[in-house]
Amino acid sequence: MQLFRDNDSVVEVINIYKSFKTVEAVKGISLSINKGQFVALLGPNGAGKTTLVEMIEGIQKPDKGEIYILGKHWKGNEDELHNAIGLSLQETRFIDKLTVEETLKLFASFYQLNKSRVNEIIGIIDLEEKRKSYTVNLSGGQRQKLALGIALLNNPKILLLDEPTTGLDPNARREIWTILMQLKEKSQTSLILTTHYMEEAEQLCDYIIIMDYGKILHEGTLNELLNENAEEHYIEFSLDKIFFHDDLFKNSGFNIDWDQANNKGLLILKDIESDLPEFLNFIKRNNLQLRYFESRRKTLDDIFINLAGRHLDE
Amino acid sequence: MNKSFKTGQLIVLIVSHAKELMREPSVLFWGIVFPILMALGLGIAFTQKTEMTERIGIIDTKNNLSDSTNSIESFLNKHAEKIHHANSADEYKLIVKNKKLGNTIYIFQKMNWKEATILLKKGEINLVLEDKSGGIDYNFDPAGPDAQLNYLKLSKILGRRKPAVENSENIEPLTLKGTRYIDFFIPGLMALGILMSSIWGLGYTLIEKRSKKLLRRMIATPMKKSYFLISFISVRTMMNFLESLLLFIFSNLVFGITIQGSIVALLLIFIAGNVNFAGLATLISARTANPEVGNGIISAVTTPMFVLSGIFFSYQHFPDWAIPIIKIIPLTMLADSVRSIFIEGAGFGEIVLPFVILFVMGILFFSIGLKIFKWY
Repeated sequence: MQLFRDNDSVVEVINIYKSFKTVEAVKGISLSINKGQFVALLGPNGAGKTTLVEMIEGIQKPDKGEIYILGKHWKGNEDELHNAIGLSLQETRFIDKLTVEETLKLFASFYQLNKSRVNEIIGIIDLEEKRKSYTVNLSGGQRQKLALGIALLNNPKILLLDEPTTGLDPNARREIWTILMQLKEKSQTSLILTTHYMEEAEQLCDYIIIMDYGKILHEGTLNELLNENAEEHYIEFSLDKIFFHDDLFKNSGFNIDWDQANNKGLLILKDIESDLPEFLNFIKRNNLQLRYFESRRKTLDDIFINLAGRHLDE
Repeated sequence: MNKSFKTGQLIVLIVSHAKELMREPSVLFWGIVFPILMALGLGIAFTQKTEMTERIGIIDTKNNLSDSTNSIESFLNKHAEKIHHANSADEYKLIVKNKKLGNTIYIFQKMNWKEATILLKKGEINLVLEDKSGGIDYNFDPAGPDAQLNYLKLSKILGRRKPAVENSENIEPLTLKGTRYIDFFIPGLMALGILMSSIWGLGYTLIEKRSKKLLRRMIATPMKKSYFLISFISVRTMMNFLESLLLFIFSNLVFGITIQGSIVALLLIFIAGNVNFAGLATLISARTANPEVGNGIISAVTTPMFVLSGIFFSYQHFPDWAIPIIKIIPLTMLADSVRSIFIEGAGFGEIVLPFVILFVMGILFFSIGLKIFKWY
């Protein structure tokens, strides 16, 4: 496990564990996040991302292990650390009958911030039109923007966002991304973001930590992850007729992941020049007809399947 | 972190909760209009009426005694007005006049035992008369005060065979304020209002906010936790004050209810009651994040108080051994104190003990509640 134990480290997590009644949610995770770094915790639902983030946020206590935020423990430094971090929880609800502006003012009062910061935030999250709307009347995307606005109120050194775009339509998701990319340009804030959307991790983050079942499976920069085994070629194909004999693919000697439900397969070839003609011969020999055949770049989902044996969105 | 910053935080919290509350129209209805409607309804139901109508069943004994001059029917034929019905049996209307107690109109209806049983079960009649050779049988439940009253009145009339009896005793109706049912009821209703609005308005709201993860979000800031609870309690106390004040103004205008004792004492006991119930609400809501569980806990705590504390009827009817226990229930203590100030003219001296007990108990509830309070 690679740890950046340098002076720029703003969050340091050392071998933490957390169990609930029936599940071990986090099983020995260590990580380190630098100043200004945007880090994605990528994994499917139930991977332990939220538990990990809530321990970093000080909302939950680890059963074992250490967490340092800006070099300090939570215990005894709550006020100082609460002032240094900003966060949004999964599915935040606000006080229904307060307006966007009033909600921001309420949170601003906790940080001793004045009205001009509230106005600034309304500008940043682009909710000027909704300034006087009750939070209960906001759409999902607007509510997430408000949650992000609250998280940004105190100009946090560390921003922790738990699935900030889950359940949003592509437009709303892109709006959140834009706000975060502008933040990256303008500030030295570090971001920890949990997500099960690989595009989100790819778009926003310099460093990606892939998690499942409470453990880190793999980590690195996007390029590092994608360039591992770079000689592999990913080819998606489908057949013109519904095909039930997936045993045929299993025993073919090729690395094929056949998706029966969608009647399509993923073929991974190492030596494309010699392996591809063999594959086409195999298709022909078995009287199959290709309807769709496309070579595509490797994705984070491919890496995840390789590591965990299931898709990110499963 | 300076002190003025923290005070500013508290003020913004209070203003936010007040806005939240005032923007829910149903809060105004259930908090203010409903208690007034209840006071009006019960006040009218229990205020002495000038005229009462009672139905009495007579067992039809056609063949044997109906001709007898001593029978009920012959008495009614002589003294009561016969009302003829096309589709049902005839009725007799007998007006018993009494200047001091108010008139009673008795409607006598002939029926057989089967019909009488049904009407008794429905509560439409509470006394059934039957002619027997030895005289009249009065059939009624001795535990029912209304039935007993009808028996006493009618036995006097039927026994003497006179249509109306003026009381020979000297009756002086009490018109003194503070002795009517409504005088008893309004102070209790105020105490009950404080309990209900504190427990539901505070306890339930906190549980709901926990279930929506709002508490979790708020404490992930430098917000002072106790301020969050205190802001809720302050807003609720102000609401309760407003509710009690409006109920008082209403009952003053409609029923002429006045405060005979010390207003300062009343304010003090009001504060102690609020502190007590706010503490209780904090304790009730300290752990659960499930509004349905919260609902159950709230009912489990409020229902016994509601039943035992003598809000609607005096708890003196409970067995002797239970009364000392009933008296230390917070709602009883508050209702009794408010009542003694309203109708007995009590001052601070009389309420100092309940004041201290309610206050200390409330602070204790709040401290335990805050200690075990689950923010997420």
